Amino acid sequence: MKSGRFWAWFVFLLGAAYFFIPLIATIEFSLRMRRGVYSFDAYKVVLGDSQFQATFMFSVIVAVFTILLGVLIVVPTAYWIRLRLPQLRPIVEFVTLLPLVIPAIVIVFGYIRMYGSNSPLPFLGSNLGANALLVIGYAALALPYMYRAVDTGLRTIDVRTLTEAAQILGAGWGTIIARVILPNVLIAVLSGAFLTFAIVIGEFTMASLLNRPAFGPYLQNLVANRAYEPAALSIIAFIITWGCMSLIQILSRFAPKSANRPN
Amino acid sequence: MAEPFLSIQHVRKSFGATTVVEDFNLDVAPGEFVSFLGPSGCGKTTVLRMVAGFEEPSAGKIVVGGKDITRLKPNQRNVGMVFQAYALFPNLTVAQNIAFGLKVGGMPKPDADRRVAEMLDMIKLPQMADRYPYQLSGGQQQRIALARAIAPKPKLLLLDEPLSALDAKVRVSLREEIRSIQKKLGITTIFVTHDQEEALSISDRIAVMYGGRAEQVGTPFEIYNRPATKFVANFVGTLNVLEGKVTDAASGKVQVNSQEVSLKGKLNGSKSGDTLSLALRPEAISLGRQPGHDASLSGEIAEVHFLGSVIRVRVGIGGNTVSLDTFNNSTTPPPVVGDKADISFSSGDMLVLH
Repeated sequence: MKSGRFWAWFVFLLGAAYFFIPLIATIEFSLRMRRGVYSFDAYKVVLGDSQFQATFMFSVIVAVFTILLGVLIVVPTAYWIRLRLPQLRPIVEFVTLLPLVIPAIVIVFGYIRMYGSNSPLPFLGSNLGANALLVIGYAALALPYMYRAVDTGLRTIDVRTLTEAAQILGAGWGTIIARVILPNVLIAVLSGAFLTFAIVIGEFTMASLLNRPAFGPYLQNLVANRAYEPAALSIIAFIITWGCMSLIQILSRFAPKSANRPN
Repeated sequence: MAEPFLSIQHVRKSFGATTVVEDFNLDVAPGEFVSFLGPSGCGKTTVLRMVAGFEEPSAGKIVVGGKDITRLKPNQRNVGMVFQAYALFPNLTVAQNIAFGLKVGGMPKPDADRRVAEMLDMIKLPQMADRYPYQLSGGQQQRIALARAIAPKPKLLLLDEPLSALDAKVRVSLREEIRSIQKKLGITTIFVTHDQEEALSISDRIAVMYGGRAEQVGTPFEIYNRPATKFVANFVGTLNVLEGKVTDAASGKVQVNSQEVSLKGKLNGSKSGDTLSLALRPEAISLGRQPGHDASLSGEIAEVHFLGSVIRVRVGIGGNTVSLDTFNNSTTPPPVVGDKADISFSSGDMLVLH
């Protein structure tokens, strides 16, 4: 074997070990709830816990609304920037990156001050308002991922010519976005959606400080008080994330193909 | 001309301080096929985009069928357009692409289906209805784009370099197909191209554009044989340009490299002693002195290119080189480089460029 090949394999195996050893250790630990034998007891406890089901469902619903809000904000914005205002792209990209540099705790304190029950916009005065605020906050947190995914998708199609072709055939803006642009960047939107889903499912700070019954605070509570269940929960979260990634791959097979890049 | 169907009146377009179209005027008759021909950056696509509504003129007016459409949005103009990059919607099948404009216009599905089938028959691709654009060749995609543009029965058809992305053979067959469909439907058409052969072969009239202006508007015959400006003469076809000096304006005598030719009646406004640019098409020149040709020059064979049916010969005349074409004749060998040769032509074919 040539030395270059050896080092390539060495680095690959080192990386794989770095990734898989903690994962295997977590799986192994999650199976040791019953003394002396491996069992799925920890998984049974977690999955059977009514609080798990309630918080998980709450976070799933919040994630769905976050994705919808994100798509409604990001797709038209990214499309318009690409079509008419390319000179504004650096500014918009900077704005979309802000949630990465401003900690969630700062955002949520801002929300509490701005939208407290004594403010002119008392979002936090009701459960519905607080949930809406959580969705808005999550949409902001997911902005860097959603915007980049959609913008990358738009880069693969000739936005201007397709828009003009639709316009000259009589289509208005709504029809153009819904029937021409969105279907052609659907996979990019789905990628952004799954990343948003992954962020929302595990998010702790916002949900906890807004006092929402979400999966993140439940997870934290479990980690603080139990031994084997958190490991089982980590593996479940890992499976959900990888399931989402696999779904992106499967769905991309059904994506509209461009004439220039048939495969 | 009868009442024009499309009238572009004093149209100007500026982007910031740069003016790309300057006082452009053109009237197009109903059912006419007019080409905008010119080099890159001459403003031909900008004029087309203003007619489509994608650009708003800085000044001037665009009238279609008696109605001022200058400020209308593209989706309100009832204009069909074919783009250089095909612009088929990748997520839709061929049939769905063609039906797009019909659906947007609110046509009932059975009528739309019938129209789509009609269009597919017209472009001779009825078996392609369920294919996606990526499954088609460039030529097929452009045919579909043409069908899609025509399906909603637009008042005007705009073709923005639709053949540029295709290979040579497909280009020729598709341009003939476009012309035959246009004639059959009688639809008023504007065709943008930088390919002179394309423009000459399919247009009723050509507007040769340069620097944002129409240098000359005329039939292909007029544009080729009677170019109005030096630019048109140089841009359209191959041209031999000779520098000459007027020796006797009254009798039309011009000296070209110390040889005298007579251009009676062609030196309007020139005085004795003026220098002129004279132009001749290769096909107007014969090798040797030919009967019927009243002017001749002597030189030396500089190059001979055998092109099959035609032999292109370059003859050095003083400091100038003149190209001419002769038909290949299997019994006559081609001229030899270095031989002395006379060229002759009819003085009536010589153009004086301004």
